[in-house]
Amino acid sequence: MTLLRDVCEHIRSKQAGPFWVTIDIWFNSRENFERFKDSLGIAPDVFEKLYNTDRESVKKIEVADFNLVKISYPRATPQGGMIERDLHSGQQCMRLLNQKLD
Amino acid sequence: MSIPSTKPIKIIVPCGSLGAGVREEEIEYGLARGAQAIASDAGSTDSGAAYLATGKSKNSRGAVKRDLTILMRAHARAGIPVIIGTSGQAGGDLNVDWTRDILLEIVEELKISPKIALLYSEQSKFDIKAYNSDGRIKPLSPLGELQNKTIDSCDHIVALMGVEPYIAALEAGADVILGGRSTDPAVLASFPIWKGAGWAPSWHAGKIGECGAQCTEKRDAAGVLLTIDHDSFEVEPLSVDNYCTPQSVAAHMLYENTNPFLLTEPGGELDVSDAKYEKIPDGNGVKVTGANWHKRPYTMKLEGAGGGMFQTIMFVGIQDPDVLIDVSGFHERFEEALNARAKQSIPKEEIDNFHISVRMYGWNAIDGAPVPKGTPPPREIGAMFVSTARTQELANSIAHACNPYFFHFPADMNKELPSYGFAFSPADIPRGQIFEFKLNHVIEVEDPLQLVRTIWTKELISANTI
Repeated sequence: MTLLRDVCEHIRSKQAGPFWVTIDIWFNSRENFERFKDSLGIAPDVFEKLYNTDRESVKKIEVADFNLVKISYPRATPQGGMIERDLHSGQQCMRLLNQKLD
Repeated sequence: MSIPSTKPIKIIVPCGSLGAGVREEEIEYGLARGAQAIASDAGSTDSGAAYLATGKSKNSRGAVKRDLTILMRAHARAGIPVIIGTSGQAGGDLNVDWTRDILLEIVEELKISPKIALLYSEQSKFDIKAYNSDGRIKPLSPLGELQNKTIDSCDHIVALMGVEPYIAALEAGADVILGGRSTDPAVLASFPIWKGAGWAPSWHAGKIGECGAQCTEKRDAAGVLLTIDHDSFEVEPLSVDNYCTPQSVAAHMLYENTNPFLLTEPGGELDVSDAKYEKIPDGNGVKVTGANWHKRPYTMKLEGAGGGMFQTIMFVGIQDPDVLIDVSGFHERFEEALNARAKQSIPKEEIDNFHISVRMYGWNAIDGAPVPKGTPPPREIGAMFVSTARTQELANSIAHACNPYFFHFPADMNKELPSYGFAFSPADIPRGQIFEFKLNHVIEVEDPLQLVRTIWTKELISANTI
């Protein structure tokens, strides 16, 4: 079993405007990028479950030059609103680290 | 447009945002390298809707004045324009006026009389409703069609300017431009485009340079120098011991974007799918080629922000082992008890209009999600109480009613009541209003200057300062 934290060199999340969050996942090798970029562990369903977002809205882009997968999703709650806990969405990526990739 | 230049255009981007800390020696270096303009944005939406809704700046007046003074001194000495976008953090009219007053103070202190252009892009609700009913406003995901009641719920609405209002001001002889809300790359791209550089490399350079030294390897520096040509640009740090790498530059395209290859801007789309990033031999910069600019019907993004309910917070630290033995269970009972107490205290008509949460810092405050089984408790936990209600007085009164419970709620009912660790007196902190962005829409316009008002300020040194 491989967890994302085992094959991820760097991960970050940030708001992309007030309505979207974007997560960049840098894999630690070309091999692991190729092997896990389409893993169900980082599929839209997971984002629906972990981030309470609509799976149809999840966007995924591969940047092969960086062995990177970029995944973006609409915020489930308004930025800075009543139940805000992460204004800049900078900690949102951390809960992906324990996702099982295979 | 001015006559296309045959030489590359050099501009200083002194920092990621005006007030973040311009470095005088970096500006000197840029001027020595032949920079023809200084351009920087002064804000963004990143820190939330409060700045647009209230017209306040995030950076302090002192910090903005300090940075702008350094830039104006450089202007006075080298005679080059200073271009600032998204003034005062949010770029609404109040934010521009706040920055204008600082600028006028600086101008008087330096005894200079530059030609100042103020670009305002705030929109009236009346106009926005009219454009909306004409079908000129289109939603961007995840929001739907714009409703009039949404427009009414905004305190301020701005349209994000492209390069054209800046170019028009430069063409009319502006020495200093204070722009309202603009796209970050537009502020940087305007001068090179005006001077005849290519649209694609100008926009691409604008995107790469928008956060100053963030696209360099040593990010403790502040600014970068952009050199823009007909079909390429170079980016280099403004400090000699710093450097850019193809990776540091290209990686900036990923930052705060959902798509690192395509950027929609006013009047066009920047496509960097085929861009090449190469280290400049014997230099500390990177040369970038291969961007494309596809002209599109002119659209401007709208941002609207408004205030909502009010909040009061309290905070305690907890080291009590009776709590730490079952943090999640305690949290559940804690919230339940506080909610029950709040219901006893709030007027009947407000019973459906309040909200309480307790966020357990050190446990699951950030995601509020269940903690995996077997997670060991930390040595201590910070618990933040947040009450939300329709007025500040109501939010405060909920906190007051809950205070004894928040202070003493026991994990073990058979023991003496515990006292958790308040850090302040008074224990409750009125936090003020919640602010939200309400719009994620674009507006179609025929003319890039249609939604923009340009005001010229011809300032002379006042008699008593001479």
